[in-house]
Amino acid sequence: MARPVRDGHRDLANVALFGYELAPDQVPPPPADGQVYADDVLKADGVEEGMTILLGPARTPVEVIGFVSDTSFNGQGGLWASEATWRSTLAANRPDARLADGVWQALVVRGDDMVDRIDAATSGATDSYTVTDAVNAIPGVEEQQGTFNQIIGVTIAVALVVIGLFFALLTVERLNLYGVLKALGASSRTIFGGLMVQAVVVTLIASAIAGALVVLLDLIIAPGSIPIFVSPSSILSSTALLLLAAAAGCSFSLRRVLKVDPASAIGTMS
Amino acid sequence: MNALELSDVRKIYTMGDGSEVVALDQASLTVADDEIVALIGPSGSGKTTLCSIAGGILSPTEGRIVIAGEDISDYGDKQLTKFRQESIGFVFQSVNLIPFLNAKENLTVVDELGRRTGKAAQQRADQLLDELGLGDRRKNLPSQLSGGQRQRVAIGRALMNDPKLVLFDEPTSALDTELGEQVMELIRTEMKRRGTSAIVVTHDERITQYCDRSVHISDGRLAA
Repeated sequence: MARPVRDGHRDLANVALFGYELAPDQVPPPPADGQVYADDVLKADGVEEGMTILLGPARTPVEVIGFVSDTSFNGQGGLWASEATWRSTLAANRPDARLADGVWQALVVRGDDMVDRIDAATSGATDSYTVTDAVNAIPGVEEQQGTFNQIIGVTIAVALVVIGLFFALLTVERLNLYGVLKALGASSRTIFGGLMVQAVVVTLIASAIAGALVVLLDLIIAPGSIPIFVSPSSILSSTALLLLAAAAGCSFSLRRVLKVDPASAIGTMS
Repeated sequence: MNALELSDVRKIYTMGDGSEVVALDQASLTVADDEIVALIGPSGSGKTTLCSIAGGILSPTEGRIVIAGEDISDYGDKQLTKFRQESIGFVFQSVNLIPFLNAKENLTVVDELGRRTGKAAQQRADQLLDELGLGDRRKNLPSQLSGGQRQRVAIGRALMNDPKLVLFDEPTSALDTELGEQVMELIRTEMKRRGTSAIVVTHDERITQYCDRSVHISDGRLAA
């Protein structure tokens, strides 16, 4: 836990302090002792550049000299410090978890296919993970992802039903018209193709509006307020899923279109 | 060459309980090139069935149908669809224009159902609307047109594919007497001008004066 010294949105914020030598991709080389880079999700807690924050029960002061992105640990804003700052903070606040000099909690090795080779070389004395596996091994990460995937799945299922019903109703409403078009020489394929194009165009327009709103909300809402990372690929994949749902929903109308009798256009006053 | 030759055409419907209803019985009818024939009969007499068979919408149970020299008696659904697309014009009882398309688009939609001709179709639609006196109404939706104007758009749509035969299904039933006479006058003028044959299905004897010949149908049987 950290307490911003100046008035912030909140007095207390959850943080995870990392001491490092080898900088991850999105983090600069280690700062001077007593300084940290903060994850920008902490901006939502009122943390600002140049601010001194107090860490843990010992209230160890560190100065925030910059921000980094996408380094939250288990929902806690990451703080990135030198080895010395990390060791002294750990010793002062968590004496039970203090590590001897030269002992690290994790080693990062860069290279392809290293995982099995490292564990083999140490005869099983190490537990090695790829970056992705290491992230997923953090408690709660897989559960959180599962929850969001379920929400997305339910949304897609609801979209499928809504679009299916929408086009089924539209088809029923226009059966007489389709009878006329068939009498004029339209094939079922032409009519169903038109319905499908309509579904795709409507979904693309709706997705564009939804995507723009998501980007807008992402810009308006402070980082860290909602644990969602919006990326172009996530918007594109959601659009692709909605398009699939639209096509599947629309195809529910195929049977009705096939059954429309062109003879229904003649001899009726409807 | 005759526009239509029906020879001993029978159409039998099998009902849900297995019984059979003869809708058309040994019907033979010839419509010459450039001829307008009125098909007159009460409700349930079989005129709709005959109209549907002559237009390639229904297949007969027995008999032979030749339209402009093309024998369509044994055509399947796909062949009939293509045939209607290219050779038949329809004007339906309730006009049945597409409500969200304007007058011109209601004509060009015929082109989009088959092999598209694009610009040629646009020009033909413009020409037809001009000839039908709707040159200044081409952007209007059906809801913005009067009953007579809608009927004229429907006639234009029927003529878009330069048909060999046009079938008019009760074209005046939704119109008052004066407008009905105007529409029949227009139908006669347009058909004769193009040399296109037509069958006008009606139960109104008054419109027979606009046709070259009348054929009566009763209980599925034709009587000249």
